[in-house]
Parts: sequence; C-alpha cells; structure tokens
Amino acid sequence: MIHADGLARTFSTRTGPVEAVRGVDLDVKDGEIVGFLGPNGAGKTTTLRMLTTLLAPTAGTATVAGCDLRADPVGVRRRIGYVAQGGASFAEARAGEEVVDQARLYGTSRTAAAERGRELFTRLELDGLWERTCGSLSGGQRRRLDIVLGLIHSPQLVFLDEPTTGLDPQSRANLWGHVRALRDGGATIFLTTHYLEEADALCDRIMVIDHGLIVAEGTPERLKRQVSGDAVVLSLADPTRSGDVIGVVAAMPGAGTPSAQGTQVEVRVPHGGAVLPGLLRDLDAIGVDLDAVEVRRPTLDDVFLSLTGRSLREQPAA
Amino acid sequence: MSFLRETWIVFSRALRLSLRNPVWVVIGLTQPVLYLALFGPLLNQVVAATPGLPPGDSWQIFVPGLLVQLGIFGAAFVGFGLVAEWRAGVIERMRVTPAHRLALLLGRVARDVLVLLVQALLLTLVAIPFGLRAPVGGVLLALLVVGLLGAAFSSLSYAAALQLKSEDALAPLLNGIAVPLLLLSGILLPMSIAPAWLRTLSDANPVKWVVDGVRAFFLGDVATATAVWGLLATAALVAVGLVVGTRTFRRESA
Repeated sequence: MIHADGLARTFSTRTGPVEAVRGVDLDVKDGEIVGFLGPNGAGKTTTLRMLTTLLAPTAGTATVAGCDLRADPVGVRRRIGYVAQGGASFAEARAGEEVVDQARLYGTSRTAAAERGRELFTRLELDGLWERTCGSLSGGQRRRLDIVLGLIHSPQLVFLDEPTTGLDPQSRANLWGHVRALRDGGATIFLTTHYLEEADALCDRIMVIDHGLIVAEGTPERLKRQVSGDAVVLSLADPTRSGDVIGVVAAMPGAGTPSAQGTQVEVRVPHGGAVLPGLLRDLDAIGVDLDAVEVRRPTLDDVFLSLTGRSLREQPAA
Repeated sequence: MSFLRETWIVFSRALRLSLRNPVWVVIGLTQPVLYLALFGPLLNQVVAATPGLPPGDSWQIFVPGLLVQLGIFGAAFVGFGLVAEWRAGVIERMRVTPAHRLALLLGRVARDVLVLLVQALLLTLVAIPFGLRAPVGGVLLALLVVGLLGAAFSSLSYAAALQLKSEDALAPLLNGIAVPLLLLSGILLPMSIAPAWLRTLSDANPVKWVVDGVRAFFLGDVATATAVWGLLATAALVAVGLVVGTRTFRRESA
C-alpha cells in the first residue's frame, strides 16, 4: 500500500538547512495498522505530509496506494484520506455542510455525499450533530468529525496524524475502537503517535523514528523482546544483604548487570517469569528474606530508551 | 469541467460562511457610505473653487474614487480570513483532495468579487440622492473594473496570507502596500492639482490610472485614451494578482 525509498525533506531556515527527515524507507501492507512512534520533532508529521502530497520531498521516491508520489499526486489524493494533527473543521461552519462540501471536492454528488456523511456520523457516534457549528462540538466530537472528513470518500489508505492528542482517556479508547473497526472494514491505516500505550494497543507494526530516521521496526511484541529481557525487581527485608543478592542474580544465565537502590535490587533477564521460582529458591537457600517481588515486561518506552538513549516520557506533550 | 465545479463548491461554501456572519460585509459598506455622507459635501466648495480639475461635478469625481477605494480595501484584507481557515486546518484538508489548487483560490476570490459588486452597486445607488448623475453604461463599466480590481487584490491578499500564515505579519504588509497605493492614486482629490513631484510619483501607481479611467466612465467618455489606460492598468493588476496567487496556491510546500 505504501512503499518509500530514501524519502527526505530538508527545510531551509534562517539559521541554515534543517534535515527534518533524513531518508526514510518504509513498506506498509494492505490491511495493516502501522504506527509511527517518536517524540515531537522526530519527523513524523513531515514524513506524513510528504506521503500525502502536501509537501514535496527533497529526495527519495514513494508509491502510495499504487500511484507514484511525484508523477501522479492527484491519483494519490484520490485514494487516500488524511486526518491532520491540528484538526480540519472551521468553527463557524456547520458540521454537515463541511462534510458534504468535502465529499463534493472528490466528485461525489450532493445527495450521495449527504448519505455517506450521515452514515459516518452514525458510525462515529455523531448522531444529531449534523446541523451544529463545528465550534460548538466537544473536543472528542470535533476529532471524530475530523475523521469523518478524512473518510468521506471511502479511501483505501488512511493517514492519522496524532489522532488522540488532547483527548481524555475515555475518548481516546473510544477512538481506538473506531480505528480498529476501520481496519476491519478493509482499510489500511498509517498513524503517528507519541503515546506508547496507543502504539501498543492499536498497531500491528511499529516504526520508531528519531531525528528523521527510522531506528527500529517490528511488531510491538518483537520490539519489546529486543530489549534484553524483563525487569525483575526484588525488595529486600534487610538491605545489608543486597551484595549477596546481586551475586545470585548476576549468576543467572543471560542476566544483565544488576543495580541496587535502597532496599531494591533490579536486574534484566530473559523470561523473567520462568527464572523467578529458581531464583526465589536460591535466595531462600542463602537466607535472604524478600518483602516483594515484581517482574516487569518491557514497555515501548524501554524500547525507545534502549534505541535512542532517551526516554519518550521526557518529551513535553504536544 | 471539474475545475469549474470545484471552484463553484469552494465559492458557495465561502459565500455561505460570509452570509452567515455578515458583520464584515456591513462594515465594508459602512465606510464608503460614511465618506459619501461626511466628506462628500465638503467637495462641492473645493471643486467649485479649484482650477485645473478634470471636468464633471464633485460627485462625478468623488464617487468613482470611492468605488476604486472599495475595490482595493474591500479585497486587500480578505487574507485574514484565509489565515483563520489555514489555522483551523481547512486549507490543508482541501489540499489533500484531488481538487485543482487554483479552484481553492478562485472560489474564494469569486466570493469576494460578488460581495464587492453588491457593495459597489449599493454605494452608487446611495450616491444618487446626494446628487450623482452618470450614464448607466459608464457605471456598469466602472463596476466591472471594481470587480476586476477586487479579484486582483483578493488574490494578492490570499497569496500573502498563505505565505505568511500569521495575522501579525499580514496586517503591516497589507497596510504598507494599500495605504500608499491609495494616497498616490488621487482617489480623494484628483492628482491634477498635485505638485509636480507628487504627480510624477503618482504616475507610477497603476491605481491612479484606474481611478482616472473610472472617472472618465462616469462622464460617459468611454472611447478616450484615459478610459483605455484605465482598463489596461486594471488588466495588468489582474494579471499580476492571478499569477502570484496561482503560483502560491500551486506550490507544493505552501
């Protein structure tokens, strides 16, 4: 559905050229939900704007929905839907009118446009809001209206730029349901997010982008497996025994370098749940009492940290 | 065909939004009517006492100037609306459709021209009880020129808005261009009474030629050099406006 080779964009600014995207290769298959994960400023939106014909790449080629990005931008536009990060509806316009006009720009007749629009309003739980001005809708409703505008021509490929930024957790979970339903209806979805939970919950495959380059790619599970193992955290009843504990955990096959902090000893080890019974017996054998044991599966944040040396959570929200 | 249809869709959407919030249409009309009521009567005395003015009474000199002023100022500030639409994501949303880029511009320009023509017609009608007498053919030609002028300045305003994407940057730019154009056009008083240096400066201003041309139309002098120069200056402004507007709207990174 998408194939890109060395897609790059350099912006010229007063302080010199800025390489926002430095050569992105990517492939998206039909029917996938692919997530573009990265901090703000990593190049997510720039890449999306290039793939949606809004921004001319300075280098590289891409085929989007079967059309060449440079040779046939109109063909690309006909086949894709795009929901921009900052919204798409005009506060003073009525929701239904915006939807019908958008559909008509794709060549749809007025009656077909209204029919399709009302159907999407029902599907995205916007019933009764057709005549309302866009400015009078709640944040979640307005975001869903953006999505209606992006889907009005039944595109086979949908780009969602930060679809849930600024929404409350309930609206976010609700929107995830709609995105999944969209994919179940046969569409391919390419979304960007800087929320790990979102990428984890929603995406079949994730590409991690940082400083304009894709630094990792795979299913959420596979990416998380790349981080060497689970974190095993032991809380000791007697912190003076931490030296003994470190000796035991470091001896486990595949274990990383343990770290001790206060009463806690932490170590990364593959299949933390499986090694835990043996570890507990060993610690019992040398007379160490534990207050608590915790095994933590790696998160995408751990993935990002191990790939880039920085945590995603340090980035301020958009 | 699809180009005309897309232009129509953009035009009717823009017009619908204007009609729903007609405050700006009304404000745009109030200003020239105020000039007509509060400044026009002063001119009777000035025109009678000043040698070297073009022929015609004070209303035949003054109303054409107001029409041109309306054409420029009524259109020059439409860019602010585009900045608001751009910020709301509307422009971007329309740009991902297969619609012609030019239709996105021309639909909005057509709305502005229609609004301007209605205002210009009302202004001319209101001027009749004040004492304006002019041939119908000349007035219609004048309205055509006002519409074209509006198309030129509204295109330029949209191009500037799309380029700058900020009201704060747009306001000084538009004022910086529109005010000197106005002052050097002889709209309020004909440049025939200006000192030589000012007249030279004003000769370089295409709007001055437009104003002189529209004054000739109001006298019924359609087949004169002044009238032709006025039409040529209008055509040149329209060409510049449309070329700049088209290029800005076509640019892929705009």
